[in-house]
Amino acid sequence: MTIQTLSLFLSLAAVAALAAVFLRVRLLAPAGRDYPVVQADAYRLRGLSFWVLVLVGLPVTVWLLRETPYEAKATEPQVVNVSSAMWYWDLDRDTVEAGRPVEFHVTSTDVNHGFGLYDPSGRLVAQTQAMPGYINVLTHVFEEEGTYRVLCLEYCGLVHHGMETALTVTATGGGNG
Amino acid sequence: MADARTSAGIADRGRTWIVLYLATAGVVILLMMVFGLVMRLAQSEWIALDPAFYYQLLTVHGIGMVGIAALGGVAVLWHYLSAHVALRPAALAINLVLFMLGVAMILWAVFIGGFAPAWTFLYPLPAVGSSNGQWQAWSAVLDLTGVLLIGVGFLILCLEMGRGIVAAYGGLGRGLGWHVLFAGSKEKVPPPTVVAGTMVVIVTTLALIAGATIVAMTILNVLFPALAIDPLIAKNMIYFFGHTFINATIYMAVVVVYELLPRITGRPWKTSKVFLAGWTLSTTMVLVIYPHHLLMDFAMPGWALAIGQVLSYVNSLPVLVVTGLGALAILHRSGISWDVVSTLLLIAMFGWMAGVIPAVVDATISVNYVMHNTMWVPGHFHFYLLLGLLPMIFAFMLHLARGEDVAAHGGDLSALLYLGFGLGFVAMFLLGGWASVPRRWAVHLPEWLVWDRIAAVMAVGVVVLATVFVVTFLLRIPRILRHG
Repeated sequence: MTIQTLSLFLSLAAVAALAAVFLRVRLLAPAGRDYPVVQADAYRLRGLSFWVLVLVGLPVTVWLLRETPYEAKATEPQVVNVSSAMWYWDLDRDTVEAGRPVEFHVTSTDVNHGFGLYDPSGRLVAQTQAMPGYINVLTHVFEEEGTYRVLCLEYCGLVHHGMETALTVTATGGGNG
Repeated sequence: MADARTSAGIADRGRTWIVLYLATAGVVILLMMVFGLVMRLAQSEWIALDPAFYYQLLTVHGIGMVGIAALGGVAVLWHYLSAHVALRPAALAINLVLFMLGVAMILWAVFIGGFAPAWTFLYPLPAVGSSNGQWQAWSAVLDLTGVLLIGVGFLILCLEMGRGIVAAYGGLGRGLGWHVLFAGSKEKVPPPTVVAGTMVVIVTTLALIAGATIVAMTILNVLFPALAIDPLIAKNMIYFFGHTFINATIYMAVVVVYELLPRITGRPWKTSKVFLAGWTLSTTMVLVIYPHHLLMDFAMPGWALAIGQVLSYVNSLPVLVVTGLGALAILHRSGISWDVVSTLLLIAMFGWMAGVIPAVVDATISVNYVMHNTMWVPGHFHFYLLLGLLPMIFAFMLHLARGEDVAAHGGDLSALLYLGFGLGFVAMFLLGGWASVPRRWAVHLPEWLVWDRIAAVMAVGVVVLATVFVVTFLLRIPRILRHG
C-alpha cells in the first residue's frame, strides 16, 4: 500500500468516526437530559480521549520521525545535479539505474521551484524544494524502471504548469554514477 | 433547558460597523467563491482560460479569502468581546477603510497590472516576475502596499482589543486566565470570549509584525533588486505570518460557538482550568508549528522540522478535546430543535475538527514527502475554512438577521445541503492529493479531470447555498440596524 493510500484510508476512517459522533449528537439532541449527567459523561470521555491521544498518538508521531528524507546518506550514489529556472529543469544526466541510490543535488537559479519525481504510473514518489542559494540533497532509490516525470511543485510564475522534464530509470544503469 | 434560554442581544457599541464588516465579508466571500469555481471549471477543461488569468484569479482568491476570513472573524470577536471589554469603534472604522483601500489596490494590481505571485509571493518571485515581463513592476509594488495597508489595519484593531483586555483584566496573562490556571485565583475569571480574544491579540499581532516586515522587504527588493534577502529566511517569515494569521481567524470566529450554544441550549460554557490550559497551549503551539509548511526545505534545521511534525499533532489536542468535545457536550441531549443556525454551528465544529485530521497527516514528514503541494493541502484547509470557519460566520449573520433570537426558527435543509456539497467539494481535493495532482496548476492532465469536474459541480452547490445565507443577511440589514 502506498503512503498516499494509507494516508487517505486513515483520514477517511478518522473523519467517518468523528462524523458518527456528530450524527449521534444531532439525532439525540431533541431528547433532553439533565446537563450535570451529560457533563459527567463528557468529562469522562474527554479524559479518556486526551490520554489516548497523548499515550498512543504522541509516541507514534515521535516514532515516525525515525524515517525522514533529510539524513539519507548513500554509499556510492549515482549523483544527478539539478538546476532549475523559469520554466525548465536542467539535469546533468537523464538516465539512472534502478535499485541503487540516486542523490539529486537540487537548486534554482531564479525563484523557488519544487522538484517532484513522478513514477511511470503518475504517482509522486519523492520531492524537495529547489531554492536559489541553497542545494537540497534528495536521496532516492528507484524500484521500477521506466520513464519518470519531473514536475514543478512550487508555484513559480505564469508557466509553472509547463515546467517538466523526464528521467529514464534503467535496469542496467545509465552512466558513471 | 428550554426555559432557561434567552434571546438577549449584545450591547455592542460598534454594531453598525459590525454589520458593514459582515456585509463586506459576505459579498467578497461570494466573489471569491465564484473565482474558485471558475478555476475549477478551467481545470476541468469545461471553460477555456488563459493560464495567466488563472494565476491572477489564484492570487486574488488566496489573499481575498484570507482577508475576508479575518474580516468576518473580527466581526464575530468584536461583537461579543465588546460585551465584556470597552472597545473604541474608531479602530473598526480605520481598519475597514484601510481594508477597502488595500483591496482596491490589490484588484487593480492583479487585474490591470497582471501581478500573480499567489498569496505566498515567495521571494524573489515578485521582483523576478517584474524584471522578466510577467507583470509590471508597479503592480508588484501596488499589490504589496495594499497587503501592507490591510495588515496595518488589522494590527490597529488587534492593539485596540489588546488595550481593552489589559484595561479590563489587568494584563494579557490575566486575559488568558493564568491567575486562575497557575495561582488558583477565583477573582475576575475571564469568560471564554475574553480568553479567545486574548489569544487572538497575541498571535495575530506577532504574525502581522512578521508579515509587514517581509512585505516591506519584498517591496524594497522589487524597487531595488540589489537589496537581496535570504530566500529561506523570507520563506520562514511568510509562512509564520500566513499560517498564524489564517489560524487566528478561526480562533476569532469560534467565539460565536462559545456565545451562541449556551444561549441556544440554556447550558453555560464555563471557564475551567482545562479550558484555560487548552487555550494557553494553542497560543504557544500556533506560533511554533509553522515549519510544517517547510518540511520539503531540506536546508532547514532538522530540529525545526521535527518540531513542525510533533507539535502540529500536539496542537490538535485542544481543538479536538477541549473546544470540540465541549461543544458536543453542550448540545448532547439538550432538548433543542435544530434550525439553520444551530445546525451551521454543529457543522462548523465538525468541519474544524475533521479538517485537523488531514492536516496532521500531511504534517508528518514521511507523508509530506509525497503529499506536499499536491491537492491534499487545499483539501485540508478548505475542509476547516469552508466547513469550519464559514459556517461560524454564516451562523452569526443569520443570528443577527433574526434579531439575536435564539429560539428555533424553521428548518435546516439549506445548512445540510451546504454540508453535503461542501464535503463533496473538499473530498475531490483530498482525492486529487491521493492521486498526486499538483496544486496551483492552471492546466491539468487528462487523468486528473475526473476530480476537477466533480469538484466543479459541488462548487456550484456551495456557491448557491452561500448566496442564500449572505442574501438573507443582506436583506435584513435595515431591520438589524433599526433594532440595534
